Formats: sequence, structure tokens, C-alpha cells
Amino acid sequence: MPTFFEKKQVVTPGELLAEGDYLIGENTYMEENKIYASRIGLVDLDNKRVNVVALRAFYVPKMGDIVIGTVKEVGFNGWTVDIKAPYTALLRASDVLSRPFKPQNDELSQVLNGGDLIVAKIASYDRAHDPQLTVGEPGLGKITRGQIMQVTPTKIPRVIGRKGSMISMIKQETGCQIILGLNGVILVTGKSPEFEELAMAAIKKIEEESHTSGLTDRITQLLKEEKAKLEENKNE
Amino acid sequence: MNEKPEKLIDKKGLRLDGRKADELRPLKLEVGVLANADGSAYIEHGKNKILAAVFGPKEMHPKHLSLPDRMVIRCRYHMAPFSVQERKSPAPSRREVELSKVIRESLEASLFVELYPRTGIDVFIEVLQADGGTRCASITAASLAIADAGIPMRDLVVACAAGKVDDTVVLDLFDVEDKLGAADVPVALMPNLNAVTLLQMDGILTPEEFEKAVSMAMEGCKQIYVMQKEALKTKYMAIKEEVEEE
Repeated sequence: MPTFFEKKQVVTPGELLAEGDYLIGENTYMEENKIYASRIGLVDLDNKRVNVVALRAFYVPKMGDIVIGTVKEVGFNGWTVDIKAPYTALLRASDVLSRPFKPQNDELSQVLNGGDLIVAKIASYDRAHDPQLTVGEPGLGKITRGQIMQVTPTKIPRVIGRKGSMISMIKQETGCQIILGLNGVILVTGKSPEFEELAMAAIKKIEEESHTSGLTDRITQLLKEEKAKLEENKNE
Repeated sequence: MNEKPEKLIDKKGLRLDGRKADELRPLKLEVGVLANADGSAYIEHGKNKILAAVFGPKEMHPKHLSLPDRMVIRCRYHMAPFSVQERKSPAPSRREVELSKVIRESLEASLFVELYPRTGIDVFIEVLQADGGTRCASITAASLAIADAGIPMRDLVVACAAGKVDDTVVLDLFDVEDKLGAADVPVALMPNLNAVTLLQMDGILTPEEFEKAVSMAMEGCKQIYVMQKEALKTKYMAIKEEVEEE
């Protein structure tokens, strides 16, 4: 039962990774007892499971995921929301209003209009039905301030870091609130636009260099340097 | 090269462009060249210059084209008006419609279409300069663009042609050989799975010649495959090296 890769090696789709008594993990598939990669990424062996951490992928909805979306259209009894996935999500009016929805009393476009951004949770999704969203939990709902950025969805775990080390470090250094949508959309809210920009620059750097080692140290350094510059400008 | 050359292969066994019978044209591949597409690739195969761009997967528009159990692939192979010596009308010709279909089918075999029902992807192939064997180069580039878009696939698809000129079976025909030669056999391959996804032939070959042409084309595919994988990795390795140098 050999494996055909080194740890953290970059593999391309179709590359033979292992043969025999192994399990398929993310971004891999099995054919005739052989495991191949299905996306470009970095391989890793976790016990008997062969995983490929993809360098490029798109978001596929999963129940319970927190996502950030844009309201596309106001419908008769709800909204359609673009969540940067292959499927458009639906948000029902009764869910937002938290009381029975009566078309004659409620004007939906006054609650949420086209172009509004929302933080929402995926309430349900399967092969046959488009994902449904819910905002009936604390921290979810319409976004009123901050800045939005987009990264490849597979990079979100890297932005979070081991046990949240990376993201809490960025939050601490910049004093910004950061909400990570698992669909790759990130909301950064800070005291001033400069610090928001700084947090966004750090996240951008993580996305670009996610497959290199020693990243946390470089990000810390970048943040410290830029912060010093910002404070210098303020004093002048 | 307006005059018809008497011989396509000289006494030394060299072809008009100086290649040996089993030699490929020089190849250059680049991934991620377009910012607005989800995935893209550029190929220079001899004098061929081809751009491929991929969008999706996303909801199908118009919606009635979507299928309840699988992803739909749309493919447009198009030659720019300036891609050939006589201006080509930009409207899709019969040949382009056919090529779009065979390219689409050869790419479809490499994708897990059943994973993303009710969605679709768009593949755009733009031939900027043509010099024979554009369908093969297009498949090679389009497959790279799909991988760059992060769409899961069984293997990269790579294509290469073989054919017959002056009673000799040769690899990777260019324009003049294609037009004056006796036969042309394009083959698309998923090398790791050893699966053929496109096999065409125009012209006449004996069964022995046909077998030789197919195995020769498959050898050519495997040579291109190495470069194709390299091109895909290069995009990400470049960042890695840059950082390590600092």
C-alpha cells in the first residue's frame, strides 16, 4: 500500500496519490482502488485519509455555514441572495420579520432591498433544492457598516489559523471586527478606514501566500510595520 | 508558402519546418492570464496562439437549459478574424460549431458533472493565430483553464495529433502538412487514467498506419502533459519562491 507523495507537495488534478488501503478525503477520488487528486492543491495524509487542500475552488453550500451574501431580488414572499456559490440562496420573509408575513401589511423592499449585504446562516440545502438562509440568530442580519472583500473559499481556514490564532492576531493588531463568511466573503469593521484597509491587506497577503510556511510571523511583522507608519502619520 | 512544395519530407527525413517525424512543435503554456474569468490559460503551440477562459459553475441561464441531475457544459470554439491569412468571418462557421461540440465532449469526460446538478460552466476558446492542430491545442488549454477555475476533475485532458504526409506517419501536423498530407488523427487523452476522450480521423490510413498514428499521438500527449502540469504548478510555485527568497 504505497503512497506517492511527500507531505505538503503541490499536486495537479489526476495525480496518483495512493494505492490500496487508504481513504479518500477532500478533493480526491478513488478509481480501481487507487486514489487520485481532483484539484490543484497540497496533499496531506491524516491517518489513513488522503486529503488535498485545494489552491483553487468555489464555495458549495453546507448546512450550518455562516455566509455573507448580496440581496439580488425582492420577491413575493422573500429575497433571492447571491452567496457566491453555484446556486442562488433564498431568504424567506417570515424568517426575517419573526412574525407571520402578510403581503398586504409588509413592504419587503423596506426591510431588505436589492444590493443590501447580509450575514446569514444556511438553514437547509440539498442536491434538489436551492439553499435556504436564516438570519434568526444573534450576529446575523443586514450589514450596516464596514468593508467587504472576497478570497478563495478554501483559504478561509488559513485566514482563521490554528485554533483561530491568525484571525485573533489580526483583530488584536488592527482593532477591527472581522466576520468570515465560509463562502469566501469577509466583512471588516473597524474604528477607521485605515485600520480596515490594513486588516484587508493582511488577509490578502494570507490568501496569496497561503501555501508557504512561516506565514503568521510575516503577517505579524507586516501589521506591526504598517501600524507604526499609521501612528507616525497621525502624530505629524 | 503559397506554392505547393514538391516534397513534404526531404531525403534526410526532415519535415518542412525542420522537425523529425516524431518531434513536437515548441510549446509554451501559461495559466491564469485573464483576471475577469474564473479560470484561464494561454497556449502557444508552434505558431498557434490560443486563449481559453472558463466561467462557473453557476446557475444556468436561460434556466430551461439546466439539467436536474448534472452540470451542463457549454463550449465556444471561435477563430478570430485575424487568425488566418484570409480574413475569416467572425460569425461561427459550420466547422467551429462542430469543433465546439467535440471539444466540449472531450472535456466533459474529465469532469464530475453529477456533483453539481442544475448548474453550468462556460468554456470560451479564442484562436488568435492558427497553424494547424488548433483543436488539440484548444483542448489542452481549456483543460488547464478548468483546473485553474477550481472545478474538480478526474485528470487534465491533453490532446495531440498525428497524421500521414508523403507515406510517413508523423507527429503534430502543422497547417501545410494538414492541408497537403494524406491523413490527420487528433487524439485527446487523460494520461493518468489512460483514457481517450477524443479520437477523430480524416483521410485514409491502413490499419497498421492508424495504429502507429494513434500510439504516436498518445506519446505526444504524454510529452505535452508534463508541460501542462508544470504550467499549472508554476503559477503557485512562483509565489512560494518569491517569499522564500525574501
